[in-house]
Amino acid sequence: MAEIIINEEFCKGCNLCIEACPLHLIVEAERLNAAGYHPVEFRDDEGKCTGCALCAIMCPDSAIEVYREA
Amino acid sequence: MKAAEENVLLTGNEAIAEAAIQAGCRHFFGYPITPQSEIPEYMSRRMPEMGGVYLQAESEVAAINMVFGAAGAGARVMTSSSSPGISLMQEGISYLAAAELPCLIVNMMRGGPGLGGIQPSQSDYFQATKGGGHGDYRLIVLAPSTVQEAADLTMLAFDLADMYRNPVMVLGDGYIGQMMEPVRFKRPEAAELPPKDWAITGAKGRPRNVISTLSLDPETLEALNLRLHHKYEDVIRNERRVEIFEADDADIIIAAFGIVARIAKTAIRILREKGIKVGLVRPITLFPFPYDAVSKAADDLNVLVVEMNMGQMIEDVKLGIRGRSEVHFYGRTGGMVPSYEEIVREVERIHGGGG
Amino acid sequence: MMVMVKAFQRPRTLIPRPTHYCPGCGHGIIHRILAEVIDELGIRERVAGSAPVGCSALIHQYLDCDMYEAAHGRAPAVMTGFKRVHPDKIAFTYQGDGDLAAIGTAEIVHAAGRGEKITAIFVNNAIYGMTGGQMAPTTLICQRTTTTPYGRSPEAAGYPIRVSELLSTLEGAVYIERVAVNSPGNVLKAKRAVRRAFEVQMEGLGFSMVEVLSPCPQNWRMSPSEAVKFVEDKLMPYYPLGVFKTPEAMER
Repeated sequence: MAEIIINEEFCKGCNLCIEACPLHLIVEAERLNAAGYHPVEFRDDEGKCTGCALCAIMCPDSAIEVYREA
Repeated sequence: MKAAEENVLLTGNEAIAEAAIQAGCRHFFGYPITPQSEIPEYMSRRMPEMGGVYLQAESEVAAINMVFGAAGAGARVMTSSSSPGISLMQEGISYLAAAELPCLIVNMMRGGPGLGGIQPSQSDYFQATKGGGHGDYRLIVLAPSTVQEAADLTMLAFDLADMYRNPVMVLGDGYIGQMMEPVRFKRPEAAELPPKDWAITGAKGRPRNVISTLSLDPETLEALNLRLHHKYEDVIRNERRVEIFEADDADIIIAAFGIVARIAKTAIRILREKGIKVGLVRPITLFPFPYDAVSKAADDLNVLVVEMNMGQMIEDVKLGIRGRSEVHFYGRTGGMVPSYEEIVREVERIHGGGG
Repeated sequence: MMVMVKAFQRPRTLIPRPTHYCPGCGHGIIHRILAEVIDELGIRERVAGSAPVGCSALIHQYLDCDMYEAAHGRAPAVMTGFKRVHPDKIAFTYQGDGDLAAIGTAEIVHAAGRGEKITAIFVNNAIYGMTGGQMAPTTLICQRTTTTPYGRSPEAAGYPIRVSELLSTLEGAVYIERVAVNSPGNVLKAKRAVRRAFEVQMEGLGFSMVEVLSPCPQNWRMSPSEAVKFVEDKLMPYYPLGVFKTPEAMER
């Protein structure tokens, strides 16, 4: 089991993480962050995230931290 | 190489190079150009002997940027060139001044503008003292008139550069560079120099350093310019150097710098033998220009400015005199060097009432 | 309660501040992998880099190590000066396609030719970003920019320059690789290339360079995902990825 934490204030809504995630667990939010971008959100109700970190690897703003089971 | 305190016979170019070594310079980046190629050649032999670095850059543009890197790394570093090459360095000089990096730049002037000629001139005075590069900055400019003075001012230049965190220029010409005179390398007293804690050396045991000249915020950039300006005011207050020669009883004053002042001294001797009392004011620092000394020596006498250009230092002479006396000009340019006979004739013409 | 460990985070050398780069700009990815390599090699206290003129002129705001700002194109000369003073330290330049392949062509060719023990990170996005999207020496034929409004034509503006291939002809250049940051897999390969380039420097072998094909959504007038597709579909065919020079392959 794994999860990601997105630092919204660094997110510029480029959505490259959305494309990178093979399980489509990231979506763009409706709201705007302080910089005026639509940040992305992690939606993993079924606990599918494997912690592959492809999202974090693509993120140009180092806005994603990835956690995995120890 | 002989021990430092003995007399040796060297050309101006060699003396400048050796003086830099004696002053502790261990990094030279340069490019060949007549009439100063002997400086890189000398350095290419001497630097490896001293465990220093001689690097022939691909251009003067590259050379001045290597100086930027080495100066930013905390080293005593120099480059040398001649007029067209110094033009290429202007961007780098502006950056060095903005980043407050110490270094020595030697210009052995030749005829210009354009590719010009390889014979000596003094036509880079404006470039050296009034700008050349963009922005509000000044170079400390030292103008030797003998091979010995070229050596002494080279050593002084490194200390001034470190003291004020500013690039310094030794402004010579092809004549001084090529002529051969006895030199003794007198190591100056160890100056009290500030530590280079701003240098790029790897951020170990300290916060990292950044050497930067970009200020997108105008208030920050204005503050930098004000800081530089205050520094230049200190330089003006403390570092003016001038030679006054036989001016006390003079009826006419000659103002000249560099090699022309040497020629003028011969003319003065001949004129005095003829009964005309002439004195000489020789600025040694072209920036800071010794306005007060010029003004005092000139008093309300006729002044003849002699230069190897179309009239550059004369503007600073006039600024110092502020209209109190008549300022005449005699110049040769394009590589022509005025003879003492020409200067004698010109003084006689002025003395005889010719305007 | 499951114990979670952090498997991925911002590297220590990358200063935690939001960047001024556009959404989807490749610089953010490249800064991060550079910072990761500096951390993994443990060289933060021994390294100095040079910022270019270009969008990444402010890279020194994002990397916590000693940094110069060089004049446009002059970074290889500046870092040559630094490295000749401190041969035991690590030197890198970070340059765009204007900085390295236009105004700075002499400096990069000669630093590579002399085999200066420095590492160049060359960010190639085939356009001038900072000044608003003009043609770069690496702009593709038919690519529209603000100074090639009809698309770049060879008659008017010549052909794009393949810098990695060019520099690999020089004996002093001992490691040259072209990579891209269009996908996570390629980002990881790019990081490995950057690491190898620094190792080559640390082994004292000579000049190393990594050319990174990078998206510029803003000036290409595309979304970030369209921009990474442009890297794949248009840039990579003209600028093939791969190793052009490697020390192991050299006969010495």
